[in-house]
Amino acid sequence: MGLIDYLSTILLIAGGIFFLAGTVGLLRFPDVYTRLHALTKADNVGLGLVVAGLVVQAESWAAAGKLVLIWLLVLLAGASISYLIGSGALQRGIRLWKK
Amino acid sequence: MEEMTLLQEIFDGLLGLGLLWLAWRSLACTDMFKAIVLFIAFGLLMALAWLRLEAPDVALAEAAIGAGVTGALLLSALAGLTSTGASRHEVEQPEGVEKQTGTLHRLPILLLMLTAALLGYAVLSLPSHDPGLSAEVAENLASSGVSNPVTAVLLNFRGYDTMLEMAVLLMALLGVWSLACVESQRDSSADPILDMLTRLLVPLLILVAAYLLWVGAHAPGGAFQAGSVLGAAGVLLILAGWRLPSRLTGWPLRLVVLSGPAAFVAIALITILIGGRLLEYPTEHAGTLILIIETMATLSIGVTLAALFLGSSPEHEEKQ
Amino acid sequence: MNMVFLYALVGVGLFCLGLHALIMHAHLLRKILAFNIMGGGVFLVLVALAKRTEEVAPDPVPHAMVITGIVVAVSATALALKLMLKVSEETGNAELPDERRE
Repeated sequence: MGLIDYLSTILLIAGGIFFLAGTVGLLRFPDVYTRLHALTKADNVGLGLVVAGLVVQAESWAAAGKLVLIWLLVLLAGASISYLIGSGALQRGIRLWKK
Repeated sequence: MEEMTLLQEIFDGLLGLGLLWLAWRSLACTDMFKAIVLFIAFGLLMALAWLRLEAPDVALAEAAIGAGVTGALLLSALAGLTSTGASRHEVEQPEGVEKQTGTLHRLPILLLMLTAALLGYAVLSLPSHDPGLSAEVAENLASSGVSNPVTAVLLNFRGYDTMLEMAVLLMALLGVWSLACVESQRDSSADPILDMLTRLLVPLLILVAAYLLWVGAHAPGGAFQAGSVLGAAGVLLILAGWRLPSRLTGWPLRLVVLSGPAAFVAIALITILIGGRLLEYPTEHAGTLILIIETMATLSIGVTLAALFLGSSPEHEEKQ
Repeated sequence: MNMVFLYALVGVGLFCLGLHALIMHAHLLRKILAFNIMGGGVFLVLVALAKRTEEVAPDPVPHAMVITGIVVAVSATALALKLMLKVSEETGNAELPDERRE
């Protein structure tokens, strides 16, 4: 495996670790709002690292650009949808978790 | 490399186990909302499985239609159920299972395991190398007008099946439109964030649909994938509160919905008149004819899927 | 070849899971979910068996059939969901009336 492959592997594994952290947050956090927080933050960074690992291997600038565009779209959709879930939960009267 | 195949086998094994586990949890969950969300995740894992099996066209179709549109339809139906008063959880536990005891209780599971064993044996006893029809398709690919073999099969070699499939979509829409239901109260004012998201995403979705349509001739893609992306754009618009202006909901809407099957049937009739055989395209025009059929099909699939999600006929919407 | 039979057996398993849920549960939405999972299992068997070609691209005919199948499944699901909503509106819960229990 060449240097590029090692770099890809490190970035992909790092992305995987962030996804794992986000999933652990989803399972362990006490209420909707903290879970949303864990999911969006960790998963966006994780996806960014995975995309970086794939961009390194891309064979043309167009393919790399498309991968980055996918990441930006997921960022946009994730942020909007987590806001909508949060505001929907507030409207339904789900209260924030207080210790 | 030995390690690579072992890693791939581990991945395939985990994917297969994940599919079975997700399906079981989705079917055994008492909360219907959780069951539907698990089903959507199951659809996305299926898209991964299609990629592992070297079927990128099927993966595109599954991700868009199987996980996306079906998930939206199921969630919308669940919202409709809870608004008519049915409970979100199952009202009664399946009593037939609880009250039967002893051997009668275990009979369905035993029969099912026997069926699974017989089917598994039948599948495993098939020959492990079977080219199927891939050689014939590869031979005739040059004269089919496209260079993507799946598109060639869908729109040229097995075009008759695809024509009937468009008719099935149309009939489903007719069935849904002819059943008037009590519409759940939808929020007429869309959240500004959802509005912004829709404004950003819908033009991009239309562009992606056009790209998938065009590239389907020589790479994974095609009319159904493009049509389902258009359908997703339509679902997003409906969720954001947008409705067709009323002068467009009469004949123009029906015209667009009909244009897919109608174009296919028209070209089928033309091929009968010219050559005497159904759907045998003249070789030099095959590419153009396929592109015409695919374009009409994309538009009508997109509009049909969005109309299926909306669920009520345009006249019923106007009366409310 | 291992991969082909692994996915084909997973498809058989999905079909049987769906069949069990289709028979045992009374709630119509759950039946519709089961029906879709059964369809997914059948598609998996078809596409897995299409990959049995040696070293060349897999057989495209089952792929086309599965794409057709996915679209038909979504059409049938849409109509079935509408019928279920109609039943729920008429009878008040989303189960078909059972003669035994009346």
